[in-house]
Amino acid sequence: MANIPQKVVHKYLRHNKKFPHVWCPGCSNGTTLGSIIRAIAELNYDRDGITMVSGIGCSSRMPVYVDFNTLHTLHGRALPFATGIKMTKPEQKVIVITGDGDATAIGGNHFIHACRRNIDMTAIVLNNNIYGMTGGQYSPTTPTGDRATTSPYGNIDPVFDICELAMAAGATFVARTTAFHAIETQSIIKDALEHKGFSVVEVVSSCPVIYGRLNKKGDGPEMMKYMRDNSVPLKATEKMTPEQLEGKIVRGIFKRVEKQEYCEAYAGLVAKFQNKEEAKK
Amino acid sequence: MTKEKKEQVVKKEKKEQAVENLQEEEVILEDNRKVVLMQGNEAVARGALAAGLDFYAGYPITPSTEIAEILSEELPKIGGKFIQMEDEIASICAIIGASLAGAKAMTATSGPGFSLMQEGIGFAKATETPCVVVDVQRGGVSTGLPTKPSQGDIMQSKWGSHGDNPAIVLYPHTVKECYELAIRAINLSEKYRTCVTLLLDEVLGHMREAVRLPDISNVRIINRLRPTVPPEWYKHYDENQKYLSPVASYGEGYRFHVTGLAHDSQGFPTNKANEVAAQMKRLKRKITHNIRDLVQIESYMMEDANIAIFAVGICARSAKAAIKAAREDGIQVGLLRPITIWPFPDDAVRKMLRDVDIIIVPELNEGQLITELHRLTKDKADGKIIPIQRSDGEMITPTHILRVIKEAH
Amino acid sequence: MSDVFRKEVRFSGSGGQGLILDGIVLARAGVLDKFKVTQTQSYGPESRGGSSRADTIISEGDIFYPEAQNIDILIALTQTACDKFIYEMKEDGVLIVDNNLVKNISVSIGKIYEEPFTEITLEKLGTELPTNIVVLSFMVKITKLVTEKSLEQAICDSVKPMHKELNIKAMNLGFEIAKKYL
Repeated sequence: MANIPQKVVHKYLRHNKKFPHVWCPGCSNGTTLGSIIRAIAELNYDRDGITMVSGIGCSSRMPVYVDFNTLHTLHGRALPFATGIKMTKPEQKVIVITGDGDATAIGGNHFIHACRRNIDMTAIVLNNNIYGMTGGQYSPTTPTGDRATTSPYGNIDPVFDICELAMAAGATFVARTTAFHAIETQSIIKDALEHKGFSVVEVVSSCPVIYGRLNKKGDGPEMMKYMRDNSVPLKATEKMTPEQLEGKIVRGIFKRVEKQEYCEAYAGLVAKFQNKEEAKK
Repeated sequence: MTKEKKEQVVKKEKKEQAVENLQEEEVILEDNRKVVLMQGNEAVARGALAAGLDFYAGYPITPSTEIAEILSEELPKIGGKFIQMEDEIASICAIIGASLAGAKAMTATSGPGFSLMQEGIGFAKATETPCVVVDVQRGGVSTGLPTKPSQGDIMQSKWGSHGDNPAIVLYPHTVKECYELAIRAINLSEKYRTCVTLLLDEVLGHMREAVRLPDISNVRIINRLRPTVPPEWYKHYDENQKYLSPVASYGEGYRFHVTGLAHDSQGFPTNKANEVAAQMKRLKRKITHNIRDLVQIESYMMEDANIAIFAVGICARSAKAAIKAAREDGIQVGLLRPITIWPFPDDAVRKMLRDVDIIIVPELNEGQLITELHRLTKDKADGKIIPIQRSDGEMITPTHILRVIKEAH
Repeated sequence: MSDVFRKEVRFSGSGGQGLILDGIVLARAGVLDKFKVTQTQSYGPESRGGSSRADTIISEGDIFYPEAQNIDILIALTQTACDKFIYEMKEDGVLIVDNNLVKNISVSIGKIYEEPFTEITLEKLGTELPTNIVVLSFMVKITKLVTEKSLEQAICDSVKPMHKELNIKAMNLGFEIAKKYL
C-alpha cells in the first residue's frame, strides 16, 4: 500500500458506490463535498458517529457518496428527519445537506423551526440560485430579474437571504462562504461542526450548466471567478460604503452565540424524573 | 452484562414501572384483574407505551390530541422522547428518522394531518422503516367536522400515498381493542419493517369505557431483527432474507444508505429494471405471503346467519346492538368485522358472500368498504349487498340497522 | 336483553357547567360498582361554551352503541337542553332540572324533580361551581344507580386534590336535597 497515493477523501467516500457522481461538469458541489470531508478529517470524527441527511435536489445527492450513516429523504424534509435521528441518538454528529429550494421554499417552515429549537446539527445549504435537478426553475434565491425556465421574462420574485433568515429564526451559528473559497469553507464547516447548537452554513455555489447558461454567466471556471471577484470577507465590509457593497457576496461567520441546546434541554427534563426516582429510593 | 445491555434492562424496567404507575391511578381490582375507565385515545397511548414506544412526534389536531398530551407526560418519565413538530409532515419525517436511529416511533393525527403525512408514509414503506401512524378519523372532506365521527379514510389508508405500496391497517371497535391494536400495530411495524396505520373513529377516540387491560408482563412484544453479520456483509434490504430481513440502526457501525429513490439491496439508488422489480416484489410479498399472520377478523353470530352485516369500528358496535335485537325476533343475522382492514380479508369475505343471502354494509362514508365487496362478487346488481351510508357527522344507530335488517328479512 | 340491568344517563346544559365531569364521575363510580360502562360527550367548541352533553351508560350486559338513545335519566340545566333531549327519554324516565333555568317542561315524564340547584349551591357553599356534583349526587341518592361509596371514591379520583373537600361537601348537599323525596 505504501506506494499507492491515498487521498484523504478516499477514506470517507464509499468504494462500493458506483461513480461517477450525478453532478454536471463544472458543478461546484464536488468541491464543497471535498471541503466537508476535509473538515471532518481534520476533526478526526469517527465515521460511525456521523449521520448525513439530505432532502431532494442536486446537492442532496451528496450523502450516497460518503461512508457515513446516510439518509436521502423527501423534498424539504431533511431537517425533521434529522431531528428524529438527533433526538434518538444525541451523540451522533448530524449534518444536513440541503439546497436553496429545498431549505427555503418547500422546507422553509422546517428550516425556521430547526433554527428556533437550536437543535445541535449543522445545515449546509448549497445555494446555486436555481432548481437544478428539475431543469432550472427559479428558487427563492434566484436574483430578481434573472432568467429561469419558469421566469422566461425575468424573475419578479424578491429573494430570501438565507443567513438573515437563519439568524432571525434563532440559529446560533450562521455563516456564508462560496464554493470557490474551498479552504475557507473547510474552516467554517469545521467551526460549525464544533458549535453546540443549530449551525447554518450557506455555501454560494455555481450551476454553470443550467443557471449559468440561462443567465449567460459563463462556464464553471467563469462562475468560480465571479465568486472570487464579487465576494468580500465580513471584516472588509466595515470599511466599505453601501454602494461598494452593492451586489457583493459577504463571506464569514455572522453569528456565533451560546444558547440552550434542544437535546440537552430535553435530557434535563428526563433527568428531573430520574432524580425524583432516586430521591424516592 | 455489558453496559449497554444493562441500560436496556434498566430502561425496560422503568418502562414497565411507568406503565404500572399510570394504570394505578384509576385502577381497581376485580377478580384480581384490573379494570380501568379509559378513553380510546388514552388506550392507544398506553398500548403504545406497553409495546415499547420510544419516540413520539406530532402536531395538535382534534380528535387525536389526547394521544400527544398523554405521551408528552409519560415519555419523559421513562427516558422516551416526545416532540411537538411544526406540522404533520415534520411529524411523520421525525418518527421515520427516529426509527432509523433505532427507536420504536409513532405519530397520531386526523384526516387533514393524515393527508399531509402521505408522502412520508410512502417513504417509510419504500425504505422499510418501522413506524406507526394513528389516524383518529373526523367527519367530512377537507376541514370537515373536527368533532364528529366518520369512516372516510378507509381508502386513503390504503391508497393515500402515491405508487403501489403495501398497507397494514388495523381498526379497533372498543377501547380495549384500541390498547391491544396499538400494541399490535407497533409489533407488526417492527416485524414487517413498514408503516402500520391504526384507524380510529372519533367516537372511539373520545369515548370512555370500562376495560380490563391485559397483564403488562403477558404482553407480547416484537422487536425488529438485528443484523448478525459484520458491517461489510450487511445489506439493508437483504434479498436472501426475503421480506423480513434484519435491520441495523444508525450509529451502530453499519453505515448504510437509505433513500426514497428506487434502490438495490444495499439501499443505493438504482433504475435497473431488475433491481427495481426486486424491490417492488419485496414490498408486495411482505403482505401477500403473510396474509394469515396479518388478517384478523371477528365473526359474531355468523354460524347460522343468512343475513350478514359487514362493518368496522363504531358501525360494528351499532350492528351488534341491532343483531341482538333482531335475534330476539328470531332473525338469523350475524356480523363479520375486519379487525385488519388492509390487507382486506378476501377469503373471509368470499366465504360470507357464499354463505349468506343478504349483506348489509353500514359505514360512515359514501361507500368505501362496500367497494371491496363489489370487487369480490359478481352479484352486485341483484340487491344482495345493501348499503347504509352516512357522511353527515351523525352515527348509524342500531335502530337504523335493525330497520334495514327487518326490511331485508 | 330487556331483563338485563341497563341505564342510560344524559347530562345536558351549557359548556362550563361541568356536565362532562359528571359523566366521567358517574362512569368511574359505575366501574367501581363492577358494571360495564361507556361514556361519551359532545366535543369541540360546544364543550367550551354553547350546549354541552355527556352520556353515561351503565349496564350489566355488553354495551355496544355508546350513546344514549332511550334515556332513563336526563339531567337538564338549561331550557334548550331540556327541550332538545326530553323527546329522547323513556316514558318512565327520570328528569332532573334546575327550575331556575328550566321553566317549561313540555312532556310529562315518569318522574320529574325540580330544584334550584345552582341557587342552593351558591347559598350553601358560597360558590356555584360544584353545582354539577350537587346534581349528580342528588340523582344518585334518588335513583341508587351507583352506591354512595363508589360515588365518593369516583369524585375523589376525578377532581384535583385541592378541590376534593369542596366537592365532597357538594356531594353531601346533593344527598341532603334528595332526602325530602325519599
